[in-house]
Amino acid sequence: MIDPNLGSVVASPTPAGVGSNEVDGAGRPLVEVDRLKVYFPITEGLVFERHIGDVQAVDGVTFSLRRGETLGLVGESGCGKSTTGRAIIRLYKPTEGSISFDGVDLTTLSGDQLRRMRRRMQMIFQDPYASLNPRMTAGGIIGEPLEIHGIGSGGERRERVRELLATVGLNPDFGERYPHEFSGGQRQRIGVARALALNPDLIVADEPISALDVSIQAQIINLLERLQGQFDLTYLFIAHDLSVVRHISDRIAVMYLGRIVELAPSRDLNTRPLHPYTVALLSAIPIPDPAIESRRRRIILKGDVPSPAAPPEGCRFHTRCWLREKLGNPERCVTEDPALRLIETGHEAACHFAEDVAGSVEQQQVVGRPASRPRSSTPVASPGDGAAAGDPAAVQQIPTA
Amino acid sequence: MAAPAIPATGRAIEVRASRGLWRDAMRRLLRNKPALLGLLFIGIFVFAAVFAPLIAPYGPLEGTLVQRMKPPGGAHLFGTDLQGRDELTRILYGAQVSLLAGVASVIMGLSIGGIAGALAGGLGGWVDSVLMRVVDVMLSIPGILLAIGIVAWLDRGLPQIMFAVAMTNAPIFARILRGSLLSLRNSDYVTAAQSIGAPPSRILLRHMLPNSLTALIVAATLALATAIIDVAGLGFLGLGPPDPRTPEWGTMLTDSTKFLRQAPWLIFLPGLAIVISAIGFNLLGDGLRESLDPRLKR
Repeated sequence: MIDPNLGSVVASPTPAGVGSNEVDGAGRPLVEVDRLKVYFPITEGLVFERHIGDVQAVDGVTFSLRRGETLGLVGESGCGKSTTGRAIIRLYKPTEGSISFDGVDLTTLSGDQLRRMRRRMQMIFQDPYASLNPRMTAGGIIGEPLEIHGIGSGGERRERVRELLATVGLNPDFGERYPHEFSGGQRQRIGVARALALNPDLIVADEPISALDVSIQAQIINLLERLQGQFDLTYLFIAHDLSVVRHISDRIAVMYLGRIVELAPSRDLNTRPLHPYTVALLSAIPIPDPAIESRRRRIILKGDVPSPAAPPEGCRFHTRCWLREKLGNPERCVTEDPALRLIETGHEAACHFAEDVAGSVEQQQVVGRPASRPRSSTPVASPGDGAAAGDPAAVQQIPTA
Repeated sequence: MAAPAIPATGRAIEVRASRGLWRDAMRRLLRNKPALLGLLFIGIFVFAAVFAPLIAPYGPLEGTLVQRMKPPGGAHLFGTDLQGRDELTRILYGAQVSLLAGVASVIMGLSIGGIAGALAGGLGGWVDSVLMRVVDVMLSIPGILLAIGIVAWLDRGLPQIMFAVAMTNAPIFARILRGSLLSLRNSDYVTAAQSIGAPPSRILLRHMLPNSLTALIVAATLALATAIIDVAGLGFLGLGPPDPRTPEWGTMLTDSTKFLRQAPWLIFLPGLAIVISAIGFNLLGDGLRESLDPRLKR
């Protein structure tokens, strides 16, 4: 349970943060991201660099993070999900748009003001081997945030480091050891302890379990969930694997080529996906029930993700969209860029034809989840339906034998 | 209420105490036989340089022409040279010149190259571009040629020799440090340091430089070997210390080449001294490369 001493050494987060935590989801969101764009310039030339284009890593993303919630951010590699997370921590300067954290616009901050705000948001990294300085002890790594922000005396910091080690389930005496003396899971715990050191409000977890063994993944997920309850943390949980994200997220945002294509409560996204891309992602997840799994049909997307330096006109997904082909290639997908719009309560999708996804055979197929998952009103597709009704030209339906 | 139970994952390494990285590296180095041989060679070389006045049987300049070109044996273990001076004594004193010039030139090169590399890798942009083009130009000139040019330009003298050899090493150090810093700049732990609000100076000093240090230590050890050869090479080409009586290995070689058939020991023995000290630093450098990398455990 909660260590009663925890946080005693370190000043508690600002009163504003504590106060509105009690209001919980009803109050102002902790983070509001508005039309965020992050472009990386492509340059040419050795000494005199010429600007010849931009990689549009994140291109107009709007969402908010409520206090205490976990927002999952999923998408293929290169879709801009990590860039979004890093822009919120202000590791990248946004090209356009705004990020407000507890009412303060982060995009205009610099120097000391930014450093002060950074105390309230921390990051957990994917690779526990690369994210810890091999020349520093575990205690040095965990205590560094305290040192940088001048919190506590040397002795107090050491005590706090011991507390943090215990909090993340490591022996408090391990502080003297170097990263190479720990296992992958233990290293990730050190990374979590470092993120906790400053008592942050927000933690951006950038694929925190992707590099770990499956047996360790569950441990870290459980640790993160326990810590969230213990310290009122808000998580932005980035992953490429929807099956992991939907387990711990309250809401999920699906990204494709720098845009959010669907944003919905976790349950709704799984039971009623409204964007053809989300449907395709869900179709790739195996179902832990042999009876249903044997009937699962994967939607294989054609081709590769287009280059974010030259994204397609209109809807960014139109070059690979199964629904567009099924509908007979409507012109609107190529000419008009679909905005993220509210389709059902709390459920947004960026597709002109989201209503056609609802109730489609493909959607029914992927939500054939075992009983442990809430299935609500959506009926499970019968095995015959998919093969009979699906247009084979539009959707390659490959049995997962 | 107690802290969460320590998971079983903690057990395995609980038994042994933590080992510091440097002690760990030292332990690995001492298991490396070639590196130990290198250390032995370096030990002989440094011992000779430091204790030359105590162990040398004669003075470095003392000798009569009557005693010239005596073969090894008897009163002169390594024989005598063209002026009848004791060859062993001169080789021992020659180690002083080589060690001094080698170490000083590497320290000088490390300072110049290190600053250039840190600026290029730390600042990037046009500073990086300009500095690296300079490095490219310097590396395109063969080291000994560059050194000859510098000594010819600055006149002969031991400090000039040190500087000349330093300038052949500096671009190598600059490039190694820059490359190392560049790769570290995008590493996750540097990003992590940025995300917790570490100022750039702290990131450079606490996170980047300590992790670049091993590459520099290895490069400096290997550079000592080439520096000794370069110093001897300059001496051999007649650009050694201005006083022709100075016992310097390269100069000793030049003086004796004309008498290779009459007095071969005057070539082989100083040559052997050069080879042993150079091989010593090379072996140690390779051993350090292996033992200092924390990723290559045990």
